[in-house]
Amino acid sequence: MKIRIKFTKQGPMKFIGHLDVMRYFQKVMRRAEVDIRYSEGFSPHQIMSFAAPLGVGLTSNGEYMDIEVLSTMNSKTMIERLNQVMVEGTEILSYRLLDDSDKNAMSIVAAADYLLTFRENYKPRDLDGFFKEFLEFCNRPQILITKETKKGTRELDLKPLIYQAQRQGESVFLQVCTGSRDNIKPELVMEAFYRSRGEVYPPFAMRIEREEVYADLGEEGSRRLVALENLGQDIE
Amino acid sequence: MRKLALPDEILLSIQQPARYIGGEVNMCVKDPESVAIRFAMCFPDVYEIGMSHLGIQILYDMFNKREDVYCERVYSPWNDLDQVMREQGIPLFALESQDPIKDFDFLGITLQYEMSYTNVLQILDLSRIPLHSCERGEEDPIVIGGGPCAYNPEPLADFFDLFYIGEGETVYDGLLDLYKENKQKGGGRRKFLELAASVPGIYVPAFYDVAYEADGTIASFKPNHPAAKETITKELMVSMDDYGYIEKPLVPFIKVTQDRVVLEIQRGCIRGCRFCQAGNVYRPLRERSLEYLKHYAYSLLKTTGHEEISLSSLSSSDYTDLEGLVNFLIDNFQGKGVNISLPSLRIDAFSLDVMSKIQDVKKSSLTFAPEAGSQRLRDVINKGLTEEVILEGAREAFKGGWNRVKLYFMLGLPTEQKEDMEGIALLSEKIAESYYDTVPKERRHGKVQIVASSSFFVPKPFTPFQWATMCTKEEFLERAYIVKDKFRQMKNAKSLKYNWHEADLSVLEGVLARGDRKLSAVIEAAYRNGALFDSWGENFRNELWMKAFEDCQIDPDFYTVRERSLDEIFPWDFIDAGVSKEFLKREWKQAISETVTPNCRQRCSGCGAKMFGGGVCYEDKN
Repeated sequence: MKIRIKFTKQGPMKFIGHLDVMRYFQKVMRRAEVDIRYSEGFSPHQIMSFAAPLGVGLTSNGEYMDIEVLSTMNSKTMIERLNQVMVEGTEILSYRLLDDSDKNAMSIVAAADYLLTFRENYKPRDLDGFFKEFLEFCNRPQILITKETKKGTRELDLKPLIYQAQRQGESVFLQVCTGSRDNIKPELVMEAFYRSRGEVYPPFAMRIEREEVYADLGEEGSRRLVALENLGQDIE
Repeated sequence: MRKLALPDEILLSIQQPARYIGGEVNMCVKDPESVAIRFAMCFPDVYEIGMSHLGIQILYDMFNKREDVYCERVYSPWNDLDQVMREQGIPLFALESQDPIKDFDFLGITLQYEMSYTNVLQILDLSRIPLHSCERGEEDPIVIGGGPCAYNPEPLADFFDLFYIGEGETVYDGLLDLYKENKQKGGGRRKFLELAASVPGIYVPAFYDVAYEADGTIASFKPNHPAAKETITKELMVSMDDYGYIEKPLVPFIKVTQDRVVLEIQRGCIRGCRFCQAGNVYRPLRERSLEYLKHYAYSLLKTTGHEEISLSSLSSSDYTDLEGLVNFLIDNFQGKGVNISLPSLRIDAFSLDVMSKIQDVKKSSLTFAPEAGSQRLRDVINKGLTEEVILEGAREAFKGGWNRVKLYFMLGLPTEQKEDMEGIALLSEKIAESYYDTVPKERRHGKVQIVASSSFFVPKPFTPFQWATMCTKEEFLERAYIVKDKFRQMKNAKSLKYNWHEADLSVLEGVLARGDRKLSAVIEAAYRNGALFDSWGENFRNELWMKAFEDCQIDPDFYTVRERSLDEIFPWDFIDAGVSKEFLKREWKQAISETVTPNCRQRCSGCGAKMFGGGVCYEDKN
């Protein structure tokens, strides 16, 4: 049985890197005595995969992993059981059954929502002015940047990869393309904006939180984003 | 959400921020306001090393079982954070509450190896606690040291208020009660040290005076305070099952050195290797019962979620019911995603059978620790392993599919001759030959690989070799080259690899291991010169230490290459570790005459540890 789990990563947990988060959850599964499936072979490992690694320093209200289990209790019980053996800062939000034929989260990630908020010392004096300029920047017909890749640098137009940019109170809301092909980190957008003003984005200027991760169920040309958890069913 | 001592800007600019944030699984959470005693437990090395240490996990668990105590952890900030903390004036903090160490009642520092001594000063310095015990006031924590290096605490005498000699399980409770009572009565620091001095196993260095002879050796070592005991007898658990083990070990987020459940099956050792400090000071051997271990194997895997369980002891093969224990582990955990690892096993038919069940033979290697290259020298050090036993074990292993062997040796052992050194290469060659003799061509998986490594011998207190002279750096390296040359001449040289440890470091370790109070000044000078993380090869700078010796006008050779007479008063003689000085002298003479002493189960050698009233000394006598 395939299970999709949604969880948070808050507080000091933001300093734990992706590989260590994976190790953490492997131990969570053992402590909670989840009947997880193991691979065959001399050193069996748990069947577990994560949707989209979160950078160190970012918090999140919408992280995802998929696991395979041999048996399970209902969603409510499993959420309780898992939360009992977890530490502050990580919380299971949903535990849902997928179809056996469903693709894993990692392969279908298409977009993610982020909320960016200035840290106290970095807040611009003219916050309204900042937002006005920033939203204008996001509305330009083309936003060219040079992105560093493993092979070198390449020219990239950010514009079609920024799905939404809004002001939310004192925060910036961004919905950007995410996944293995064009993975846009929210800092990349801020860096491009600062550069367009002839400035350098200070690395710790904003607290960044991921809010949700989506799959794209749209047909050719149209986009229909669905939160990853909505592809599964609660187990009653 | 917990508040952190360090801001995001710092945590995101240093390596491994997870070292400094706490919050791990099974971390103890208490309200510091609600406890009478705040105890900061320190391992003076980086987090990944400190978190792998069993002793701290045991004490952390034990202390926090008391409602009136909150025990928290602190480790050495790595060089990157160390620099930031000094630049920005950030005081060292504990991982749990993230509060400054200076606010605590106790700072307990475990002393596991000599090369961590400069890190002890780093901890005090960054905590803003005066380095010298005599400069501390009522607002400073009581600084207490423990662990194996506390068996010769003298080089650190200036920096500690108390030392705890022996196993922590026994008298800490009483010591904490005394502290609490004294605090309630408004007794103050000095009064507490006086009370502590009368607790068994507790040593208060300030209450002793040392006088020296003209040649620098000790003339007398005497209490200067009525509360101070003449002799400090080490503390130990007479019966291991009488004390609880860890209930909920901390599970770090980042990968640490010992990332598994560690089940301590016994303490002490029956073997009596003459170079081994642990084998002497942890006497007598005491086992935990199989039932006790079964219970904890289950509960520890459950509370941690670890995927591996490992047995811990000085020589697991000597555990009476090893077969029962190993079969239990295999039957209950094998195939359930739990790996079993069995270090310090003698290689024989039983252990090879077990290992073939629990590991991938192709990926694992066999380890032998002959320690010396010739039978003569193995007799000198009382290492019972014979060449025939090693070769037989190797042949059996090669038949079972292994083709990688690791061999551990020491260079610079007492009475060592050229033949003993060359014996390292010859033994390695014989093992290689036995592979080609045992395994027919068609069944070989490639070449046999033999890796021999040697460390340099460092004489330690409370061993029969405490009287031995140590080699100089040049002598060490000369010996290593002799071995290396011999390896080159071997027929199977291509299958053999030989490497050796850093010599400077071993010499310094030798100075500190058998050092006296005069060395406190040198350690401090070395720290002021910038020495830190000395046990980390890439950090170690010998010149900082050499300058410190020079500035303090102390000759390191006094502690290493000098001949010690049998009636010399050693700095650690005021400690009774169980093994008597008479026994050690006997063993030293036996060593020189190349005579083997039987192990504790074969025949009692009257080492003195019987006085504790338990363990192997009383086996089969109930």
